[in-house]
Amino acid sequence: MKQGNKIILLIVLLVVSIVFFMTYHMGNNLDYVLSRRSIRLATMTIVGISVAFSSVIFQTITNNRILTPSIMGYESIFILFQTLIVFFYGDKAFKVISQQENFFYAVLLMLGFSVFMYFLIFGRQRKNIFYLLLMGMVMGTLFNTLSQFLHVIIDPNEFSIVQNFMFVSFAKMNVKLLGIATITSIGTLVLTLRYLKYLDVIALGKDHAINLGLDYNKLIRTFMLIIALLVSVSTALVGPITFLGILVTNLTYELFKTNKHVQTVWLCSAVSCICLITGQFFVEHILSFSTTVSIVINFVGGIYFMYLIWSSRKRIS
Amino acid sequence: MEFKKENKLIFQGLVKEYGKKRVIDKLDGSVVNNRITSLIGPNGAGKSTLLSILSRLLKQDGGEVSFMDKSLHVYKSNELAQKLSILKQSNQTDVKLTVKDLVAFGRFPYSKGRMTETDWQKVQEAIAFSDLEDLTDAYIDELSGGQRQRAFISMIIAQDTEYILLDEPLNNLDMKHSVHVMKTLRRLVDELGKTVVIVIHEINFAAQYSDYIIAMKDGKIRYNDEVNHIIRPEILREIFGIEFDIIEKNNKKICNYFNL
Repeated sequence: MKQGNKIILLIVLLVVSIVFFMTYHMGNNLDYVLSRRSIRLATMTIVGISVAFSSVIFQTITNNRILTPSIMGYESIFILFQTLIVFFYGDKAFKVISQQENFFYAVLLMLGFSVFMYFLIFGRQRKNIFYLLLMGMVMGTLFNTLSQFLHVIIDPNEFSIVQNFMFVSFAKMNVKLLGIATITSIGTLVLTLRYLKYLDVIALGKDHAINLGLDYNKLIRTFMLIIALLVSVSTALVGPITFLGILVTNLTYELFKTNKHVQTVWLCSAVSCICLITGQFFVEHILSFSTTVSIVINFVGGIYFMYLIWSSRKRIS
Repeated sequence: MEFKKENKLIFQGLVKEYGKKRVIDKLDGSVVNNRITSLIGPNGAGKSTLLSILSRLLKQDGGEVSFMDKSLHVYKSNELAQKLSILKQSNQTDVKLTVKDLVAFGRFPYSKGRMTETDWQKVQEAIAFSDLEDLTDAYIDELSGGQRQRAFISMIIAQDTEYILLDEPLNNLDMKHSVHVMKTLRRLVDELGKTVVIVIHEINFAAQYSDYIIAMKDGKIRYNDEVNHIIRPEILREIFGIEFDIIEKNNKKICNYFNL
């Protein structure tokens, strides 16, 4: 199939999935259903685009296609934060602290963490980006283990509150939070658009990037900040979502052989939104909320990805 | 060690340390304009380190590089990219690019991603200059090592800088491709007036194609002189620690170092 046709098909798929999601089985109370669904749709769009952008950028600056920003430990610190709140306040936790406050603190904490990590690595000595990843991974594991330890000692009923935060959910939406998240994300994306062209050069490797006149360290710093912003906002909004990144980026790379990041990020955003919307559709209407969207997406998407690898293998031999 | 004022790329007192080990130790010298200079010496002599510092890929721990009367680190990265280019030896890439796409990156310092008519013309010229017309639309990960190396050199040519620095451009190339690359460099200097600095291991390539040689050993520059003054048995023995027999034929010096 030609590149152009593929892009058209992708857009058609996106539109079809949106229409299906919005109109399927609406029932009598149209106003209520439509407004609830549009909030979920908007959330999924914002989150989908954030995940696509952050993952594509992260994979390019690390020159590695099997990493997602989750390796930096953002999500572990988010879970640990939620666990700590529940640990200290018990089942009263979210009466004491409002959803908005929780969102703000979570975003601040994740941003603070990434800035702290950054200065730890790049402050005194110029270490390379893989030290940053290593540190992120070690810290992430530490936070995970701490959370698990607390999970074991808290009351099982309280644990079920924490559990709400450990899985992605588009059900617990709050319009105010969505508004804040939308503004932050769109602001970040507009900033990102100016820098996208540099990613094409960074993909060639550090030495080539410097040779071609990029201020490499400054750019990497900017991109890490962008990633931190996108990931923190989407994680605080719906939960640990970056698992999606590895799947949607690789699907995009397999389907569209393009090396222009200006195209890749948007194609990947479309793929990511389609995954989220159809996944959520399945969870709501076919599985009637008996499982979470992450499981549906990973299961179906994973099988499709294996099929893509399989068919490209046959083409080579 | 002569120290010419008219040279544009000059370095003084360069020091680089890894931990307690000094890999280069107070290097002074300059690169002669519009000529090919080869950096030779045994492994670990500090050739690649010197080249990396001269091209701002590596930051020195002491000393100063001056380029066109300005200190190297004063330059904006993009400004420097229009005057000096560097190609390191390992050029593996997973990115799916055609030769044309890759060479087009050479124009990035000028175009910032928005290629103009002139930029594409320069790309075409660079491809033609390195005889890659047949491979213009081939993907670089499907090329042989020699072709890929030429594609990267072609990118550097498209970058159109006065100074071109190459780290072991002949690495992994067979004789035919090595000769081809060296002839291309020679033409860059003779026809377009570029200045080329290369790190090279095969002494005969250095002897045949370069004008000046900087001979290094143990982090120090031992000689920085015209080729004819360096290609001598006693000097090469001092640098490499093995015997050399210099054969002169048709005014060309061939170094034999086998079975001596």
